[in-house]
Amino acid sequence: MNKFRLTLYVTGHTPRSEKGIRNLQRICAEELQGTYEMTVIDVLEQPQLAEDQKILATPTLVKELPPPLRRVIGDLSDTEKVLLGLDIAIVGGGNERNGG
Amino acid sequence: MSGSVITAVQKLETGIPGFEHVSVGGLPKGRTCLLSGTAGSSKTVFAVQFLVEGIRRGEGGVFVTFEESPENIMSNMLSFGWNLEQLVRAGGLAFVDASPQLDQELVEAGSYDLGALLARIEFAVGKVQAKRVSVDSLGAVFSQFSDVATVRGELYRMAVALKKMSVTALLTAERTEEYGPLARFGVEEFVADNVIILRNVLDDEKRRRTLEILKFRGTDHAKGEFPFTVIPGEGVVIIPLSETKLEQKSSTLRVTSGNDTLDEMCGGGFLRDSIILVSGATGCGKTLLVTAFVSGAEKQDDRCLLFAFEESREQLFRNASGWGMDFETMERQGKLKVVCVYPEVMGLEDHLIRMKKEIRDFKPTRVAVDSLSALERVSTGKSFREFVIGITSFIKHQEIVGLFSSTTPTLFGGASITEEHISTITDSILLLRYVEMFGEMRRGITVLKMRGSMHDKGIREYAIDGQGMHIGAQFHGIAGILSGQPMQISQPEIERMGSLFREELVE
Repeated sequence: MNKFRLTLYVTGHTPRSEKGIRNLQRICAEELQGTYEMTVIDVLEQPQLAEDQKILATPTLVKELPPPLRRVIGDLSDTEKVLLGLDIAIVGGGNERNGG
Repeated sequence: MSGSVITAVQKLETGIPGFEHVSVGGLPKGRTCLLSGTAGSSKTVFAVQFLVEGIRRGEGGVFVTFEESPENIMSNMLSFGWNLEQLVRAGGLAFVDASPQLDQELVEAGSYDLGALLARIEFAVGKVQAKRVSVDSLGAVFSQFSDVATVRGELYRMAVALKKMSVTALLTAERTEEYGPLARFGVEEFVADNVIILRNVLDDEKRRRTLEILKFRGTDHAKGEFPFTVIPGEGVVIIPLSETKLEQKSSTLRVTSGNDTLDEMCGGGFLRDSIILVSGATGCGKTLLVTAFVSGAEKQDDRCLLFAFEESREQLFRNASGWGMDFETMERQGKLKVVCVYPEVMGLEDHLIRMKKEIRDFKPTRVAVDSLSALERVSTGKSFREFVIGITSFIKHQEIVGLFSSTTPTLFGGASITEEHISTITDSILLLRYVEMFGEMRRGITVLKMRGSMHDKGIREYAIDGQGMHIGAQFHGIAGILSGQPMQISQPEIERMGSLFREELVE
């Protein structure tokens, strides 16, 4: 099974950052069951990484693996949208789209 | 420490040609300024030039792009001679690429801020020790995110953060109308301290670019719209009219017009650092007068620059040699330079900048323009007026003598629009007029005005032959030449009129 590699960019220890991290942890635990690798990057500490990835908004969740590369912005409170953005709930649909 | 920490607004010299004059010293230092304009009004060029000029002065610059990719900007700006890639490598310039990433879908799930953008800008400013930041353009941020309220709040935060970093920042914004709301999305609300507007107005089928400083809070600037042009290899060049103060020195030195009788009529020749306008209908000898003026340079060891907008170099040289003047030798000796341009090849602003450049390069002691009316063809009334003011004041500042010719639209009498604009600026006006007398076309010349000198008040007849212009005696017994309706007056009537005025003078 493909392992998810997820990176979450946040700005400092703000309530919004904390909320984003908590939401991501929850979604990963509920939907990905251990098949993920999660990194949290604080753009205040590592602005060069944000520059390289051209991150504008925080929190930004980047799904690096499996392809395609996907981005979800926001505090991830809308689980459905997060799954949609990560191409998780609609795997079949995604494949069809890729094939077509 | 004692005393107040509050200081007056300082200005940062931008280095953009003409801008320092319009802005009275530059952009307010350490503040943000909104640069608003419609599509194609050269906002990006201006924003890049602001940084490039800063880097030339050793001030680092950061370019934040929300619209075009840095690669695109780099390649577009090459035509202005700005190698941004090199500046980035040398560490003077940093890009913050916030342009839309088309290959990545973006899903919004919950609330967000633009914290990463701010962190990146701050990081870039620190990296190149930036003193100047350009953000291009604010409106494009709104198209990347759906939450307008959040974006507005975050852009406001960015403006505040830029202020804290004590950089001078230029934020561009687009507007939909040339004379309408300041900018889209109401962005002016959070950077409203300083506002510059770039316009690109279609006026009588011609594009006219202008720059207006709408407001600079707490500091002075020139008011109104100033024409500018965008030149390959240079970028934005603003033509400041208010710069042209009336502070020319005046000299009593005389230079020859190239015609001895005309010199006599003018009280010994034209005055150096004066502007002379020659007005006349077609074919009455304006170009001949210009040619004589040019060859006068040879007699006095002057250097003459001739701008010809009506005839080619070959035509001019052939005509001159027909009148016994050798332009080719003068050119070889470096006493003459002829610049022939079709008026239609560029806008009037570009003509002005080009003419100034030619004058600066050649350093002539006399300049002739044949003719101003040809330039009038390619412009609107407003920009022509600005052009005339610009070129005359520039010539006067150089302390050289300038001769302009202008064609009147009618054969008899009349004045052209050219004269309307220029007559108060010129120091001397020579009128060449056709005079119809006894079924014959004759020509008359008069010195209408000449500042700072006595001159012949008579209207004198002249003839043109293979040797040039020959000015003869005054027209006697004729009235109404200038109005185009000459009338013969009998001798007793002239005497009666004369005695009338004499009596008044005695009283």
